[in-house]
Amino acid sequence: MTELLPLVPVGVTFDAFTDIDFWISVGILAGIYTIFALGLQLNVGFTGIQNFGQVGFMAIAAYSMAILTTTPDGGEGINFWISLPLSVLITIGFALLVGLPSLRLRADYFAIATIALAESVRLIALNARGLTNGAQGIFGFDRSWDDFTDGIRDFIVDIGWTDVPNIFPLFLVTWVLAIGLTIALSRMQRTPWGRVLRAIREDEDAARALGKNAFSYKLQSLALSATLAAIAGFLFVINIKFVVPDSFLPIVTFTGYAVLILGGLANYWGVAVGSIILWTILEGLRFMDLPLEETQIAALRFILLNLTLILLLAFRPQGILGKREEMVLGE
Amino acid sequence: MEAGALAVRRDRNTSERFADLVNRLNTLPYIVKAGAGIVLLDLVLLIADRFPDGGGEWLLFALIFAATIAALVPFEGRAVPIAAIVLVNVAATLILLHSLHDVAQRGINGLSLGSIYALAGVGLTLVYGILKLVNFAHGDFLAFGAYMAYIVNVTWGGPLILGILLAIVATAALGIALEKGMFAPMRRKGAGVLQLLLMTLALGFVIRYTIQFIWSTELRQLDVNRSAAVELPGDLRIGRISLIIVIVGIVTLVATGLMLRLTMLGKQMRALSDNIDLAETSGINTSRVILYTWIFAAGLAGLAGVFYGASTQLQPEMGFELLLPIFAAVVLGGIGNAFGALTAGLVLGVVIEWSTLFMASGLKFVVGFAILIIVLVIRPEGIFGRARTV
Repeated sequence: MTELLPLVPVGVTFDAFTDIDFWISVGILAGIYTIFALGLQLNVGFTGIQNFGQVGFMAIAAYSMAILTTTPDGGEGINFWISLPLSVLITIGFALLVGLPSLRLRADYFAIATIALAESVRLIALNARGLTNGAQGIFGFDRSWDDFTDGIRDFIVDIGWTDVPNIFPLFLVTWVLAIGLTIALSRMQRTPWGRVLRAIREDEDAARALGKNAFSYKLQSLALSATLAAIAGFLFVINIKFVVPDSFLPIVTFTGYAVLILGGLANYWGVAVGSIILWTILEGLRFMDLPLEETQIAALRFILLNLTLILLLAFRPQGILGKREEMVLGE
Repeated sequence: MEAGALAVRRDRNTSERFADLVNRLNTLPYIVKAGAGIVLLDLVLLIADRFPDGGGEWLLFALIFAATIAALVPFEGRAVPIAAIVLVNVAATLILLHSLHDVAQRGINGLSLGSIYALAGVGLTLVYGILKLVNFAHGDFLAFGAYMAYIVNVTWGGPLILGILLAIVATAALGIALEKGMFAPMRRKGAGVLQLLLMTLALGFVIRYTIQFIWSTELRQLDVNRSAAVELPGDLRIGRISLIIVIVGIVTLVATGLMLRLTMLGKQMRALSDNIDLAETSGINTSRVILYTWIFAAGLAGLAGVFYGASTQLQPEMGFELLLPIFAAVVLGGIGNAFGALTAGLVLGVVIEWSTLFMASGLKFVVGFAILIIVLVIRPEGIFGRARTV
């Protein structure tokens, strides 16, 4: 995760706080993780499914898109914009395949099974060189995207912001999607469908006794969450411009959980809040002016973050925006 | 009311087809299910490896298949013999496709990794059984132990045996500190499963990045002779370190088994694992037994970590890499079942190593995960587990 940002020399202190390019790139990460963790919120916060394999769905979507839009000899495959819905469909198919057998498992078994599945996806991507180009990864899938963002940039320049940063259009698209999806999910949560999900979270047997097919609802929740992971995955690989197995380590899912804990369970707006807080602190801590090696600074950031999470889990498990009465999981 | 009932009907018709299908498959006679399972397994094996070459090999393959089915007939509903027969079937098929020597050699290679899984798995499964805590930091306990041995063995230049002792003591102390400072207070607060699971996850990261802070991400090695090997009969060989790991590992595991069966503490641990409230009412000092469980689990993890470090290298991520195979051993053995974890750890090490006969070694852990997922799906209580614990 630490490699995703343009390298900023450590120890530049506060100069970089005013560097707009740097903070836009942090904003892009925060937006991508918002979308990614919205799926986790739907699963964990509102359905009570402890999905620990979210990064696997992200990997499937990103690889599908990259494989569809390129050919092994560096040529162009199918149209980028057509590849996106196709990749989402592939990801949903994979989620159903994963969910059908494993959603019957008890919560902690499901957690272990989904981590193992996501790791299997990554290891297969690393070793199936013919398909995925192994550790070198795939690039050159984003030409149509670049044309699209050039259009957005020209439009902004026309409006009057002449020195608009190159990465600003991606920032804009990411946050429009993040906010739009947050609103959409909040609305869905207030429909009968959303209420059934919460009923399942509270007491699956009671929901079944009322004639609701809990298994089917859980499967739908997982498929929708995988769709959100797919969208986050597209933005993620567009941001770094290539698809490599190392982008899909389990730590991505765990970071999503950190976002959930910070923002609060069972609150969709909390996801964006948690993600912004997480990435501001994590990246802001890069500017700690300490006489330490770079790997030590990186390590220290994660030590502080995880200690914070432990304390938060111990003393305020509902997070910043969560309601305590919603934190019924595992009881 | 009418509309509601209709909605329920539609709900069933559209989406419980899969469940119906599973139920219908489940009502098939045992031998049909077992036969289909073996056909599927052999098919996957042959596709991944190679198809038998010529009539002689096909005949032998057919014989192995028939013998497997015949052997399965009397064991309906008994997971342990079924698993053993499946294992023998895989071994026999691999011997046919490769050679007895190759299969035996890979199996020997797998024993040392299997001992490490078993040592680490026993602790993880006991903690789960007694506290219902899925400890995602357990892998990082192994890394912690390995780096403790590194301090003695490399930084101070001392003998490895002292390093092993420090690793066991320091990791056990870490276990005590975490139980006193974190897990016991959280239990008193009545923390939920997810809450504790996420806490152990974050704890694992704290340990991992503290190691990175002190020792950086550089690959490090313990001061051991990795190339020395011992010749075994039948032109087989085993690395000296692997041999030590297997011997010490198996002795420790047997001692663990005896401790759990025969000593008062072991019986108390098993009593807590069965039913903690009942154990408390029958006068067992539960907080003392829990503390000993942590000492025991963390100490074994420290030992396993040094073994892993001695047979490969040390790096901060090593704990997480080990965690999933250890989970696989624990689930395969029946979560909460110490004897199960011991056996499953060894078997898993061997099977993972066998898979390198026909697959890129980078994929060998996928085989472990595949076994984990298949076991979770068809028998979540594990091979040695009882249905009650699921």
